[in-house]
Amino acid sequence: MSKNLFNKVWDLHKVTTLDSGQDQLFIGLHMIHEVTSPQAFQMIRERGLTVLYPNRTFATVDHIVPTADQQRPFADALAEEMMRAIEQNTAQYGIEFFGLHTDYQGIVHIIGPELGITQPGMTIACGDSHTSTHGAFGAIAFGIGTSQIRDVLATQCMAISRPKVRRIEVSGQLARGVYAKDIILKIIADLGVNGGLGHAYEYGGETIHDLSMEGRMTICNMSIEGGARVGYVNPDQKTFDYLQGRRYAPQGDAFDEAVDFWNSIASGPDAQYDDVFHLDANTLEPMVTWGINPGQAIRVTEQTPSISSLKPEHREVAEKAYTHMDFAEGDTVKGKKINVAFLGSCTNARISDLREAAALVKGKRVHADVKAFVVPGSKQVARQAEKEGLARVFADAGFQWRGAGCSMCLAMNPDKLQGREICASSSNRNFVGRQGSPTGRTLLMSPAMVAAAAISGEVVDVREFMREPVAV
Amino acid sequence: MMVSEKTNPAVDSITGRGIPVRGNDIDTDQIIPARYMKVVTFEGLGQYAFYDVRFKEDGSQKPHPFNESRYQGAGILLVNRNFGCGSSREHAPQALQKAGIQAVVGESFAEIFAGNCTAMGVPAVTLSSQDMLQLMETVEQEPTTEIHLDLRSNTLTAARQSFTFSLPPAYRNSLIAGTWDSTSVLLDNLEQIHQTAARLPYVDGFAAGV
Ligand code: SF4
Repeated sequence: MSKNLFNKVWDLHKVTTLDSGQDQLFIGLHMIHEVTSPQAFQMIRERGLTVLYPNRTFATVDHIVPTADQQRPFADALAEEMMRAIEQNTAQYGIEFFGLHTDYQGIVHIIGPELGITQPGMTIACGDSHTSTHGAFGAIAFGIGTSQIRDVLATQCMAISRPKVRRIEVSGQLARGVYAKDIILKIIADLGVNGGLGHAYEYGGETIHDLSMEGRMTICNMSIEGGARVGYVNPDQKTFDYLQGRRYAPQGDAFDEAVDFWNSIASGPDAQYDDVFHLDANTLEPMVTWGINPGQAIRVTEQTPSISSLKPEHREVAEKAYTHMDFAEGDTVKGKKINVAFLGSCTNARISDLREAAALVKGKRVHADVKAFVVPGSKQVARQAEKEGLARVFADAGFQWRGAGCSMCLAMNPDKLQGREICASSSNRNFVGRQGSPTGRTLLMSPAMVAAAAISGEVVDVREFMREPVAV
Repeated sequence: MMVSEKTNPAVDSITGRGIPVRGNDIDTDQIIPARYMKVVTFEGLGQYAFYDVRFKEDGSQKPHPFNESRYQGAGILLVNRNFGCGSSREHAPQALQKAGIQAVVGESFAEIFAGNCTAMGVPAVTLSSQDMLQLMETVEQEPTTEIHLDLRSNTLTAARQSFTFSLPPAYRNSLIAGTWDSTSVLLDNLEQIHQTAARLPYVDGFAAGV
């Protein structure tokens, strides 16, 4: 029996055991953004501390940036103030900053991998719960709070207890129209929104192995929605191929040296886990949420559950969900009219997501009752999509093509739902109020499902949509 | 490098009145809506705690314990299962603390939320579902009930009732020792931090010796 990746990487980065019983863990990569970092900088300043490893820290802006008009100063004075704060903080402490003035700005969890900053075998922290995304590369990546950002800035370490490790073994082939997003929505539906508490999730098995790096990122991204703070996939040739040649990846001989290290930290075939969960991908169908947490997801062909059929602990939140969504028990989500289609977020705004969606909407028109947005995850994704003609395809179909940012994934910039609007969204959270309107409603699904819903004006089964002839 | 003083007060006991906020899976978006996070300091966040569940869009009040006069001044928040799930925003516990909350007692907490609370010196302790229900009922019937948490003995007392709570030992130790503000504790090991960095091949870009 050998160690799994998680424990190998943990042991390698463990500085010491603290009196509290927690471990002091060295953080190899710290990523920061404008929302959760200013208070941490303020705290280190107040104590006369400094940033211990500025060259292991990278910054960008994503949450508050407007995606329509990015002229400075921003129309929103508070957003402008946050922008100034991160500009000043990164300049003062010598931290590399991918601001709007660079070609590399974007959602923090998208730019880390695409710049090759995110690498296997690292410990990564960022003041954002979707930091788990970076685990797709075989890193162990934690979302942290502002006090811990202060710790990492000042000490490049955090105090943390070692979680258990659960292997999530996915076998079988995904059918056409079924994606990584459906795998993770199914895992969360099966294990529950707090099923992963106290655990790191190692995703493996042939289905995960067959996924692109983008697909792996989508799965790791939503680990947190299942209660697991960390999710990762063991690095393999696909990981190395993805990284080779990227701006911050090791080059030349150093790359070969890196590959040796990356291979050495992967879980062996006989690695030990605290428990194992199996999922059969052969039977998966497109998933869609009907409620107000990401665990309230069903197959698109399935009826919403009757409250009495649910476990007692899930009934109360189900009642709340039905009230908020104004859906009935035994209804289907398929056929629900939508007002907004949002294609974006760190879960699904990568180039492969946009390619998939563009192929579906090419030559079609967004339904007259739907406002549809495509918000690329980063400037690089945007440039690439423009180069490939995808931006044109979306614009011709009636989608608004926006600048990179978090946009309508959360309500910190001008992109928001209005009133009771229902949104088909490729993001990761359907919490009440998440998309900016306290009464607005969110349906989570894959980017392809969002594209199909945008055209149809209602939630459809993307597998049927794919079979339809192109409308003239 | 200047090492900061360990000036945090020990948190070993808390006394106050309770405020029950019932419901499972109350996420941080409910505790503080994202639009109130557009701030560069945590000052003043208290007024936005539970904002969207307390106020209608026109600013008038909805029924919520935080709006009830009988719970004003309460320092101990009582909750149910998976409280604080969702976004990792420390703005959530900060808003609660700024609203006067000194401890949270619940059936279970999201991991990042509990960690964030501890890092602010706010214990987040758990009771069994049955005990939690009983405690909430006690407080709802008699909001003036004084609740006392003793972190050394893991006991919570309220109106002659006594409950045993759980708190992860690491959190408990750091609260009691006054080392819950971890920065100075971590910096004490500065030499070992640099040693750890030195043994990681990627910190120097895999270029060492090449
Ligand atoms: S896209 Fe959404 S989930 Fe991702 S970092 Fe931005 S706000 Fe958070």
